[in-house]
Amino acid sequence: MERQRERIDVRPNPETTARIGKARSAIKIRSRAVVELRCQMSYTSSEKVSGPARRKLPFLRDNTILQVRDLRVYYHTPLGAVRAVDGVSFDLRVGERLGLVGESGSGKSTVAMAIMRLIKPPGRIEGGQAFFDGVDLLALPEKEMRALRLAAIALVAQGAMNSLNPVTRVRDQFADALRDHGEILTRAELEARIRDLLANVGLRPEVAQKYPHELSGGMKQRVVIAIAICLRAKVIIADEPTSALDVVVQRQVIETLRRAQEKIGASIMLVGHDMGLMAQVVDRLGVMYAGRLVEVCGVDEIFRGPLHPYSQLLIASLPTLDHRGTFQGIPGLTPSLMDRPRGCSFHPRCPLAMDRCAAEAPAMREVRPGHFVACHLYESAAPELAMQTAIGG
Amino acid sequence: MSALLEARAVTKFFGGGLRGRRMTAVENFSLTIASDPPSIIALVGESGSGKTTLARLFLGLVEPSEGLVLYRGANISTLSAADRQAFRRDVQVIFQDPFEAYNPFYRVDHVLETPVLNFGIAASRAEARRMIAETLRAVGLRPEETLGRYPHQLSGGQRQRIMVARALLIRPRIIIADEPVSMVDASLRATILGNLRQLHEEFGISLIYITHDLTTAYQISQNIIVLYRGMIAEAGDAEHVVRDPKHPYTQLLIGSIPYPDPHRHWKGEAAPSAEGALSSDHGCRFASRCPSAMAVCRDSVPPMFRTGAHRGSACYLYRDGEVVPAADLGAVLVQGDGAV
Repeated sequence: MERQRERIDVRPNPETTARIGKARSAIKIRSRAVVELRCQMSYTSSEKVSGPARRKLPFLRDNTILQVRDLRVYYHTPLGAVRAVDGVSFDLRVGERLGLVGESGSGKSTVAMAIMRLIKPPGRIEGGQAFFDGVDLLALPEKEMRALRLAAIALVAQGAMNSLNPVTRVRDQFADALRDHGEILTRAELEARIRDLLANVGLRPEVAQKYPHELSGGMKQRVVIAIAICLRAKVIIADEPTSALDVVVQRQVIETLRRAQEKIGASIMLVGHDMGLMAQVVDRLGVMYAGRLVEVCGVDEIFRGPLHPYSQLLIASLPTLDHRGTFQGIPGLTPSLMDRPRGCSFHPRCPLAMDRCAAEAPAMREVRPGHFVACHLYESAAPELAMQTAIGG
Repeated sequence: MSALLEARAVTKFFGGGLRGRRMTAVENFSLTIASDPPSIIALVGESGSGKTTLARLFLGLVEPSEGLVLYRGANISTLSAADRQAFRRDVQVIFQDPFEAYNPFYRVDHVLETPVLNFGIAASRAEARRMIAETLRAVGLRPEETLGRYPHQLSGGQRQRIMVARALLIRPRIIIADEPVSMVDASLRATILGNLRQLHEEFGISLIYITHDLTTAYQISQNIIVLYRGMIAEAGDAEHVVRDPKHPYTQLLIGSIPYPDPHRHWKGEAAPSAEGALSSDHGCRFASRCPSAMAVCRDSVPPMFRTGAHRGSACYLYRDGEVVPAADLGAVLVQGDGAV
């Protein structure tokens, strides 16, 4: 800690210092440590910083904002541990939209919640790292994590329309968020800021005076997006942001999210189950099955040439408006996460399973540039990825 | 062709006491489901379109405010005991939420055994067990892994398939499926829709498929009826309604479906939102959102105009076409078993 403090004195950044000043006067509880953390984050070149929080990462790339490595989250039940997320690694690049798709129980929402550090008992993060701009979020004290939420990583939660406070006007929800993160504004500044944020999501300024129940589902979701971008977060995690909305409104909300993200230059991690939505929105897609990523690649490639048998069957099972009358589901059931099959979790349902699949879990391999797949079928195509290697091409 | 289930000029509104605002969920809806040949018809609409109210009207769970729902020509709210028993056997339902359809204190066997015994479908318990096992296999479940378990021990997809099995076990004439796959994962969705289609093909069961999802409606049904705020916007042959939508609302719906193809982007601009666009009670309900609304649209409700041999659209853009009376919706639907 001593060392870090010195570092700040050596290299003060005027803008950051100003922000820190505001933050300090705003909340008394804000610790020195948080302030230091913010200082570190404002450094742009990674080599200037060394020390415990900004570890030298062999796989760090300049265009990566979030790196998740070997993330494990288990839910501890009386019957045993449910391995909801069991060794997930991926990168989120600056300004990119990454999709995380999977069926219910695949662990996709748990990944999102673990990055936000919002896993509640009986769930527990058992291992792994999530480096945000070089800082391991999973190792941060809660107080520091709290300062980063919304300011650096914002969450648009599942059913987010219910995440607004029902007894507070929309404007006050903005005011709370800004004040909590040390933005001290005059009344006029605040009103202008809110008007601006609402305009960004295509809502009229009058919405600020309304209570959540006076708004439709789509409007509420857009208010939530406006709050998510109010501090220009670098990463927006959107967990099924439109699952409760009608298809017409879904499109409006998703396009709002995309515009807002492009405007502030954030990265998006979009968690969901709808492959159609993913195709329309994301740049790269990770497919999860039973708590693990089975394939990560560009969205074009996954739809044109999925490699993992699960991805292949999943894409073939999508009903389209192109041809009718063919129903191809995936036979079998998703495995219990308490008693996962040995080897590859998908082998009991896989039409191409070999003896080996039942014995040995396949590792993630980069079989083509930027195309990662965890399947024994592609063994010869590429050497195994070390856990440290960036999954992100 | 005899009418098995028929809605005759049904209107249902909620509220509207002394001061309350009356909310019309379904307005002047007529539809006839014939027992022979069996058909699959999809009622498609967003939330608030009245589709679930229609399902409940057909099931006799709510009574129409105006109009009649008839089962074999008799009003279902005044059926005799014997007819009611037959009605309850002939008309089965699959609800959206496979979690709430079960009593958590009973093993899943209960929901399968009860109707078999109540309707006297099996002569003995042993025969009932055999029939249940057979039916479970028909929907792709392994009886030994399913029976004897409690609902919480099964996945949502398994539970929903047990509901399909239950509907099949009773050998009804009609299954009303209200969003049967909206809470089921993509990989199982196709399987369950396949099961429903199989029931239709093998056992001649008619299906009223109620959904918000035009894609699955297109996959499974011969005819599609698109609902908007309690009224029919467009109706007709699924192929035509989806390929070449006539009503501006259907066009908006189809344009908003996210295609599972990154090279096929959403067309055009996101439509003006429904927010604040209060539908008037006078004109077309869609007029306030409609890009091609005309003066006439705000003044009177458009009747259904024929836009093709097997389709009609309730939109003044097509007022040159012949008017299809609301009571005669069948005139624009494909009749008979036009196998998909």
